[in-house]
Amino acid sequence: MLSLLAICLLSLLIALKSGSVAVGWQDLWQIISGGENEWRELVLKLRLPRAMAALVTGAMLALAGSLMQVLLRNPLADPYIMGVSGGAAFAALGAMLLGVAATFIPVAAFIGALSSILLVFAVSRGSGPWSSTRMLLSGVVLAAGWGALISLILALGPDNSLRGMLFWLMGDLSNASVPLAVWIAFPILLLLLMLRSRSLNILALGEVTAAALGENTKQLGWFIYLLASLLTAMAVSIAGSIGFVGLIIPHAMRLLISSDHRLLLPASALTGGSFLILADTLARTVAAPLQLPVGVITALTGVPLFLYLLHRARVQT
Amino acid sequence: MNEAGTSMLRTRGLGLEIPGRVLLESLDWQIQRGETWALLGRNGSGKSTLLHTLAGVRPLQSGTIELPDQGLFHPAESLSRRTIARQMALLQQHTSYSFDATVLQMAMAGRHPHLGAWQQESARDFAIARQALKDMDLEGLEQRNVSSLSGGEARRLAFATMLVQETPLLLLDEPSNHLDIGHQIQIMRKLRSLVETGSAEKGRCAALVAIHDLNLAARYCSHVLMLFGDGRYLAGPLDEVLSSKQLSELYNYPIEQLLWDQGRCFLPG
Repeated sequence: MLSLLAICLLSLLIALKSGSVAVGWQDLWQIISGGENEWRELVLKLRLPRAMAALVTGAMLALAGSLMQVLLRNPLADPYIMGVSGGAAFAALGAMLLGVAATFIPVAAFIGALSSILLVFAVSRGSGPWSSTRMLLSGVVLAAGWGALISLILALGPDNSLRGMLFWLMGDLSNASVPLAVWIAFPILLLLLMLRSRSLNILALGEVTAAALGENTKQLGWFIYLLASLLTAMAVSIAGSIGFVGLIIPHAMRLLISSDHRLLLPASALTGGSFLILADTLARTVAAPLQLPVGVITALTGVPLFLYLLHRARVQT
Repeated sequence: MNEAGTSMLRTRGLGLEIPGRVLLESLDWQIQRGETWALLGRNGSGKSTLLHTLAGVRPLQSGTIELPDQGLFHPAESLSRRTIARQMALLQQHTSYSFDATVLQMAMAGRHPHLGAWQQESARDFAIARQALKDMDLEGLEQRNVSSLSGGEARRLAFATMLVQETPLLLLDEPSNHLDIGHQIQIMRKLRSLVETGSAEKGRCAALVAIHDLNLAARYCSHVLMLFGDGRYLAGPLDEVLSSKQLSELYNYPIEQLLWDQGRCFLPG
């Protein structure tokens, strides 16, 4: 865990160093320790907020991914499977279509994500024995519905706004800023999750087993769904729907660290943060002065990495 | 069977239904410490449904289930799941694993109902799990991935997890499935020692075992609960209830009884 923390800090430093102007280690040290330096503004006002946005977004996505994987007992689930990002994307793109000011796009996205969460709640409530299957189906169908609406907006949208919409859909951190509310909410949610992390281990064994071992599975299921969705909603409001972080990081941590959620959750959060910082640094620099959407980088690195891990796992068992 | 026996669980008017069929109309039954009940019946007669209902993982349809030490319970309502899980363990018929875990992690899951949210497993918890694995001949496999176990090993691991839960009431759904003969005898002996002797601190246990092997049932159980699958049931001490006539009716197939020096033996006719 300490080495993951070290990797995370190192990623942060690399992000602060790299860019159109490469800042040397000595300059960087001077800036961090509070000394005067010509790049002070650049590092602290431009690169640091962006790197911090990447850190918290990556951490939230990886956490949400590991939660969805337990909830659906499917190691290939990702934070977007239940339609949270679809709702956010529909609202964000709709706002762009209507010409709403850029600062309100994250607000629109968050409202869209929340309404999607509530819709799943409303649709999958009902009498009879509870199972996560009904919740999953509601979410997946809803996600498909959002997908159709997003295509509709893209088809209707004027050409000049298409580029912005596509960047949003792929996930982009270039205008990202993290609201104070997220800095407050994230540690609280993480703490709540750590309190239930042994229960997550039990739920991973199956619903009947978990119930027989003393868990109220219905309550636990909704708790996980709600927290995972809130994390996802905050992440997509900050940076759009960045793919693969929430899928691949928890999966990799299960293989490399542990399937015990008491370790898996913090490990996923740290690694998700580091991964997105590095991916975003690459997105800023690889084709400079052109800036790529970070979602392209996470997908391009995520796909081969994921296939490799799957292959490795198959060889082992 | 034993005057010192304490009622562990009692049902009144318990009914089981699946869409289109009444499996069990009104079960008035109780199980006491020191008793091992064999739960017999054809496929689909409601054995698993009854076990799941008693364990509270399936909603109660009609009637009541009572844990005399704990007060009345209608599973979802009055008692917390955690309290129930400290009273009874359920060994399911099938176990499947969606995620990787080690054998030791899986056995430690049995400690879950005994631990608080922030509480870490103590050395004692690990000792209980290691002992249970040892009892089930799984020593040395602690770090193995559960998905790499053979069918019989997985079955013994599930049995070990149930032991780790340390509950006075044990509900078992076909525990001897996939086991070789030696291990079948081993788990039935372990069960008998838990029920007849128990431990100094926890006292004796009680067990309800759904099983298809009539000879294991005849050798290791003290009582029999037969489910006919049409609403009727028959319950009583093994010697009174288990006969070739009753069994032939239960399974709708002729069953012969043979006597040998160690007891009775049942064979399909």
